[in-house]
Amino acid sequence: MPLLNTLPDYVLTTKTDELLNWMRKSSIWYMLFGLACCAIELMHTGGPRADIERFGATPRASARQSDLMIVAGTLTLKMALRTRLLYDQMPDPKYVIAMGSCASCGGLFQLAYSVCDGVDKILPVDVYVPGCPPRPEALTEGLLKLQEKIMSERWLARSSNGVAAA
Amino acid sequence: MSTFRTEEMTLNMGPQHPSTHGVLRFIVRADGEVMREAIPDVGYLHRSIEKIAEKVGYHGFMPYTDRVDYVCAMFTNQGWGMASEKLANIEVPKRGEYCRVIAAEFNRLASHLLSVGTMGMDIGAMTPFTHAIREREMINDLIEELCGARLTFNYMRIGGVAWDLPPGWREKALAYLDHFDPILEEYNALLSFNKIYIERLANIGIISLEEAISYNLVGPNLRGSGMKWDIRKDIPYSAYPDFDFDVPVGSGEWGRLGDAMDRYMVRIREMKESVKILRQALAQIPAGPVLAKVPRNFKPPAGECQIRVESARGDMGWYAVSDGTAYPWRVHVRTGSFAAMGITQKLSQGLMIADLVTLIASLDVIAPEIDR
Amino acid sequence: MSMEPLQIYERVKERFGDRVLEVSEKKPDPFIVIDPSALVEVGTFMRDDPELAMDCLSNESGVDYKDRIEVVYHLFSYSRRHGAVMKIKLPRDNPSVTTLEEVWKSANWMEREIFDLLGVTFEGHSDLRRILMPEDWIGYPLRKDFVEPTEYHGISTIRESPIIRLDSKKK
Repeated sequence: MPLLNTLPDYVLTTKTDELLNWMRKSSIWYMLFGLACCAIELMHTGGPRADIERFGATPRASARQSDLMIVAGTLTLKMALRTRLLYDQMPDPKYVIAMGSCASCGGLFQLAYSVCDGVDKILPVDVYVPGCPPRPEALTEGLLKLQEKIMSERWLARSSNGVAAA
Repeated sequence: MSTFRTEEMTLNMGPQHPSTHGVLRFIVRADGEVMREAIPDVGYLHRSIEKIAEKVGYHGFMPYTDRVDYVCAMFTNQGWGMASEKLANIEVPKRGEYCRVIAAEFNRLASHLLSVGTMGMDIGAMTPFTHAIREREMINDLIEELCGARLTFNYMRIGGVAWDLPPGWREKALAYLDHFDPILEEYNALLSFNKIYIERLANIGIISLEEAISYNLVGPNLRGSGMKWDIRKDIPYSAYPDFDFDVPVGSGEWGRLGDAMDRYMVRIREMKESVKILRQALAQIPAGPVLAKVPRNFKPPAGECQIRVESARGDMGWYAVSDGTAYPWRVHVRTGSFAAMGITQKLSQGLMIADLVTLIASLDVIAPEIDR
Repeated sequence: MSMEPLQIYERVKERFGDRVLEVSEKKPDPFIVIDPSALVEVGTFMRDDPELAMDCLSNESGVDYKDRIEVVYHLFSYSRRHGAVMKIKLPRDNPSVTTLEEVWKSANWMEREIFDLLGVTFEGHSDLRRILMPEDWIGYPLRKDFVEPTEYHGISTIRESPIIRLDSKKK
């Protein structure tokens, strides 16, 4: 079903939710949160060949200006406290992609004493992208899945405690 | 004349920052724009790789060595391979040594490209970074055809390399080298001899030769201060004695000897030397096996050894202690970035805050080498 | 100009006599063991002697054996192109030795790392605090008897495997 249909040239008919979601998914600004090896693949994904910026996603340095946090790399216990602080600094609506196997579940460092096994111990994760490191095409696929997830959110139908039903 | 009341600021250049050298933190005590001191705080990427070696055994440790320095992973693979081979007195076949050198020198090109590109990006020039990524993508394609992975290769094994060169790979590699030479000249014209770039880099972070040796700086950091020292030439290992190449040294042409511009130009010139080595290696590679016969249950005799490998960031020392079982007793890696971070506290006194970024970029530190 | 390791150790032994506890000729790397109280003197001698001229402390690592802790120093000379390995042996409870920071500046951070991971105290060090682990970590991780804590600031360090085994034969 098309999002926007034009009858005469100056009338658009759509649903409010779809218009809002389309605007949100087409310009997701991600925070540069590259921790380890996956950070290099994150840079390559923003690079000239697998260009993530054609989907509207541009890198931002500050958490207060970004919608998406791509946790790229191993999360150590020392860094985990700071990660929670940065997540709290992001404005709503915010999303998290766990890129790579270290961010998803600890990866090959589950034997380590100083590694937090997976970023979902401290943050709610929307999309998990497997790989060690995932190829730029895999991360792009993860971003497209996130866009599908955003399109399926419903903001106007609120549940009783005032939170939007997803 | 009225007097101001001034006080010193304590700022935090936190673990998450747009510079691409990884998670490093500096506590900056600044008097306006000029720093009194920048105290480094590391350990945000400490993944206890050395302790994991004691749990996974000799063969199983090879993928973990990639993560010690992911930008130039072939050198760490080679270092661990050489340490195990020295403990057990294994000799690598000649073709295996040539494959190691070819893979390692391509990786040196890729690592220096990234270092140069992020140096430009830290100064503020975004375009050289995309150029460097474009060249790196082509090298990644070549290496992916060789060993299957783009970043963390796990290509080398104890006793040689895992796979031989695929058919047709030599021609593609030579075609890439023909494409790369004029591109390097183009990058030099774009960035290196740019007036703004030279003014940002010259006379920043001057390291004298005695300081460099006492703080144990290695690699381009040491060569930028005037010392002509390269493990490949001075303590030769692997197949490097067969090749003819030069070792570039900093000369202080744009500022004083040992400043950031010297270290940067050493890296640019090293890329040209790597291309020379690659052409010779691809022309002279002999036939034969690529992997020596090493038992699956690898148990070297008890003892200890130290190996030094010239990686892209300098001389990396691998110290391995074996107790005769299939699991190493202790593995210790001493990397060039660890020593380079040790000197930043002293060098940062009197610099401006924007120059701190230049200093870290010129020392080419990367977080997993410091923290392991 | 460059000397073999055993010649270097002979020269140190004839200068320091019985403060050199052992000269070992093990393959592949022979080493020398010295008395911990003589550490700074031997280090200064190795750096300043014109024949040895060890101007660089290339590597310093701590190793935990079951009955002792050893600190291993790899020295190197750029002018003479030779190297040496020096070791000291310390008891396991409360190991402590003087710092070599005055002799070679690179010892500063390497000794902080050994303090952090193995618990060796270096007397006279200008800034001995944890470097790789968080400030409030308890324990010395690289020791052989280290037990991982189950949680740190509310984050648990155990992750159950999500795989449900349908066959009861394999464990």
